[in-house]
Amino acid sequence: MKYIEQYRNTEKQKEIIKEIHKYGKLINRNVNIMEVCGTHTMIIGKYGIRKLMPENINLISGPGCPVCVTPINYIDTAIELSKIKDVIIVTFGDMMKVPGSFSSLEKEKANHAEIFVVYSPIDALKIAQDNKDKKVIFLSVGFETTTPLIAQTLKISKEKNIKNFYILAGNKLIPPVMEFLLREKDTEIDGFICPGHVSVIIGLSNYISISERFNVPCVISGFEPFDILLSIYLILKSIKENDCKVINEYKRTVRENGNIKARKVMYEVFDVVDDEWRGIGLVKNSGLKPKDKFLDFDAEKKFKIINKNSKEKKECLCGEVLKGKKSPFDCPLFEKICNPENPYGPCMVSSEGTCSAYYKYERK
Amino acid sequence: MCLAIPMKVEKVEGDFAIVSIGNVKREVNISLLENVKKGDYVIVHAGFAIEKLDKKEAEKTLEIFKEIK
Repeated sequence: MKYIEQYRNTEKQKEIIKEIHKYGKLINRNVNIMEVCGTHTMIIGKYGIRKLMPENINLISGPGCPVCVTPINYIDTAIELSKIKDVIIVTFGDMMKVPGSFSSLEKEKANHAEIFVVYSPIDALKIAQDNKDKKVIFLSVGFETTTPLIAQTLKISKEKNIKNFYILAGNKLIPPVMEFLLREKDTEIDGFICPGHVSVIIGLSNYISISERFNVPCVISGFEPFDILLSIYLILKSIKENDCKVINEYKRTVRENGNIKARKVMYEVFDVVDDEWRGIGLVKNSGLKPKDKFLDFDAEKKFKIINKNSKEKKECLCGEVLKGKKSPFDCPLFEKICNPENPYGPCMVSSEGTCSAYYKYERK
Repeated sequence: MCLAIPMKVEKVEGDFAIVSIGNVKREVNISLLENVKKGDYVIVHAGFAIEKLDKKEAEKTLEIFKEIK
């Protein structure tokens, strides 16, 4: 367990917290720091980091959970696909409980739809190879961390000439949505804790562009509480010194240029398109769809499902929560009719969803 | 879900490697990385190794702390 002990030294963390309080006083105004990674949201909740902050330093959660931002229309399409004869749906586990307009994949599975949960897209391909008489559709969601793996799986499938494997493409890119949020009225973001493993793939360049244009510090953070605290400290120091730039706190894993090979595979298979984010809306250049030479794998093209009746529940505040405008505590449904057993909105479903993390760790 | 604990490479076979943490072993695809060797520590996501851990940089991040004091 390389470097786990060193990064969990409590004395060091206490020192950093003292420094954060010192900078909180020096800055002497409200500062909003947004994390854009579901795992960071969970760590902040689990280790009580929000409660350790000075009063004027707010940690707000952004759209860092891929399941939460997958549009309701996508869920409805997946459900419709699961009803087609000889179709097997394969998905990451978090997608099972996400509420669509009228049902969820979990409910459809209970109604005998063939839906399997896998850990890796490679496992989905294996299901296709083992079930040649069926059409296997993998629900392809995720950010830059996950998309290259799916792209590589499609390349393997093409090489092996597997004819019964498809994806329902819903993959998304993080920097465009960060930019979208910075342009939103009444969302004030003074600094970003950037997602560690998205950054493994994309490197620093996208953040440099954002930081320069919007004068906002971006710190790429690892996943130990120490990393998060250190990132907050670095953001506050940048603000105080009015030197907003990109800092890579997670250098042990993130290289300046990212994983070039993984990015090459991703853009060999996918084209960038404008895309819909649940609760947020249409974000320019933020989605990925298979390129022409991979269209044979595109479930949308193959099965031509059209959903006209998809509709969101109005009372749910997930959209505002995903944009960092509201906290789950502001939602009248939170804890009452919306909880992890019976999620009403998408942010309560995935363990990485903001509402789910708040429910588990931060209820008063 | 980002599993951020590095896993140790035990054996490399073509595009795949056996990695371990404690007593847990599993096969991962290493085709998105160059030159993965036995003894390397890798970050694994959904069945693929996505990056190698840089030991020198891990030490350096711990060093940042000294600058704070």
